[in-house]
Amino acid sequence: MTTTKSKVVYSPVFTDGAEFRIPTFKLLKQDGKLYKSAKAPDLDKDKALRIYRAMVTTRILDERMLAAQRQGRLSFYMQCTGEEAAVIGSAAALDDGDMIMAQYREQGALAYRGFTIDEFMNQLFGNEMDYGKGRQMPVHYGSKKLNYMTISSPLATQIPQAAGYAYGQKLRGEGLCTITYFGEGAASEGDFHAALNMAAVHRVPVIFLCRNNGYAISTPAAEQFAADGVAPRAYGYKMDVIRVDGNDILAMYQATQEARKLAVEHNRPVLIEAMSYRLAAHSSSDDPSGYRSKDEEAVWREKDPILRMRLWLESKKWWSDDDEKQLQENMRREVLETMKRAQKRPPPPLESLVSDVYDEVPPALVEQFEKLKAHIGRHPDEYPKSAEHAKGGA
Amino acid sequence: MSKMNMLQAINNALDTAMAEDERVLCFGEDVGVFGGVFRATSNLQQKYGKARCFNTPLVEQGIIGFANGLAAQGSVPVAEIQFADYIFPAFDQIVNESAKFRYRSGNLFNVGGLTIRAPYGGGIAGGLYHSQSPEAYFAHTPGLKIVVPRNPHQAKGLLLAAIHDPNPTLFFEPKRLYRASVGEVPDEDYRLPLGEAEVTKEGTDVTILGWGAQMEVIDQAVERAEKDGISCEVIDLRTILPWDVETVANSVFKTGRLVVTHEAPLTGGFAGEIAATIQERCFLYLESPIARVTGMDTPFPLVLEKEHLPNHLKVYEAIRASVEF
Repeated sequence: MTTTKSKVVYSPVFTDGAEFRIPTFKLLKQDGKLYKSAKAPDLDKDKALRIYRAMVTTRILDERMLAAQRQGRLSFYMQCTGEEAAVIGSAAALDDGDMIMAQYREQGALAYRGFTIDEFMNQLFGNEMDYGKGRQMPVHYGSKKLNYMTISSPLATQIPQAAGYAYGQKLRGEGLCTITYFGEGAASEGDFHAALNMAAVHRVPVIFLCRNNGYAISTPAAEQFAADGVAPRAYGYKMDVIRVDGNDILAMYQATQEARKLAVEHNRPVLIEAMSYRLAAHSSSDDPSGYRSKDEEAVWREKDPILRMRLWLESKKWWSDDDEKQLQENMRREVLETMKRAQKRPPPPLESLVSDVYDEVPPALVEQFEKLKAHIGRHPDEYPKSAEHAKGGA
Repeated sequence: MSKMNMLQAINNALDTAMAEDERVLCFGEDVGVFGGVFRATSNLQQKYGKARCFNTPLVEQGIIGFANGLAAQGSVPVAEIQFADYIFPAFDQIVNESAKFRYRSGNLFNVGGLTIRAPYGGGIAGGLYHSQSPEAYFAHTPGLKIVVPRNPHQAKGLLLAAIHDPNPTLFFEPKRLYRASVGEVPDEDYRLPLGEAEVTKEGTDVTILGWGAQMEVIDQAVERAEKDGISCEVIDLRTILPWDVETVANSVFKTGRLVVTHEAPLTGGFAGEIAATIQERCFLYLESPIARVTGMDTPFPLVLEKEHLPNHLKVYEAIRASVEF
């Protein structure tokens, strides 16, 4: 039995899908004005300002923490610079109860949900207040109360997990969905394809948000896929898809709002391809001068999503130069002061080495831990981070 | 001879292999014009063209599947997995395909030309996913060879041997040594034997066995133990699979004591295999239990990395305990 319903032809006809041209959805021009036939989404002042503040917070946090990495205060950092609208515009269109399963460059979504600067810093410095107990590299945030799944470095693993998480939400009838973020590079992983197929087959309320930012470390999108971006793949899985100007906060917001309706009200998974550009290096370990030109970067600097939103807010008389100055000053001061505090906090206790491997520490690991404590006790000067803890009981 | 760090030695080995044999190809994520995130493939695309050194899409199972196909066809692929921690999407291609290609076809086909390179190991503040030492997973797979070099000279000679070996070979590069380990490296092609351990220091009281970056740790521990008057024999296993039982057993016949150390966790680590085999071979010669100094049975941590790792102090204490048993 065949499962396709295609018509029959009697000579070999090949198709290359060229008839499917996916348009790009835009609302806002770089000068902050709407395109002629565009209509702004339903977005009130409070929410618009919450979005804008999250974008500015993310930008300032990124600038300051990259500098901190350069000063040797941090081992590693990753910036979201240039992609704030794609991340925050989409996150803002969700219910705060929806699950976010991000890749690693979506700190803006967390900032929007209300993760405090202190919470960011505790993770970045891996101190005793880090929810992840100092186990993961910087920027691997997670927040149970904000429905933000802890980041895992391996690429694309979160995409099928998001489909599963959302399937569970559907079964529970919570009226919630899951959004998962990933780059156009990660979309090459098998996990991406498995995720889209399973989500479509099982009619899962999940939004797949691809940040097509042009580069997977050094590899340009043109060497990542031969197709017209990532969006056309949705057709192959019978999934709704939209391509959006990722630097356009209003378009990102509206597209995700509509996607959420499809997901939650109609159990239709959606793929959103946000077209943007990774203005920063891949990470603090990367140097983009080895694979792209300053001129190319300059073109995208002109398309700054934060400036675009600010100009729109100003045109609505919702934002002024004074507001901007105050936000910038307050945020910079808060970031700096909070960083200093977080850096001084002690590391997580020695016990954090062996807890959480299982729900309980198994006997063999207890034995290893006791040996370690005895060892540290014999050489306290060699283990400044844990010598104090090693003295205590198990 | 030229002074090189380990990255330069690896780059030089790839350059040597590509210059000698046009069937040799290098590919993986970011290995093209950028030369890899660690620059191990620097200038190879510029020198040998995009057809022989290229970026792949970001899909490890695709990279190794593609490499298996190339090797079956008669090419000599050197595929890079950006970090050993990210090799697992390719686990199926390696364990079920690379390792079994020859056996299942009755030797009609093989992927012996395949070499898989991957930066490996901890000590660089890499946390869970930029620190792992996954050799033991693969050591449970007959059909594979697994090699780990300890310095630039070894890296070039062993990598060239791996590329030319008629069996699929995993080449784990201790990334902590990439720039830290510097030494004299011959400019010409040379190959060090696979499957042969090397006694790097002779001694009489106790044998210390390791591989890769752990050799440096052993050297530090041994320096301290020798000041206590303990004569240490040091062995670099070099090839994890198939491993050189003879060299290790002969050393233990002489010393009667063995300390094995690796970064990977204790349980299921390759030290267990070594300990089991050596106690069978050398039971009546053993003066003390074979000791294992390894990472703990936990995922790889970040802030408490030093506490987790089997450092020179822990190895030193194990040497003392073995001798004083």
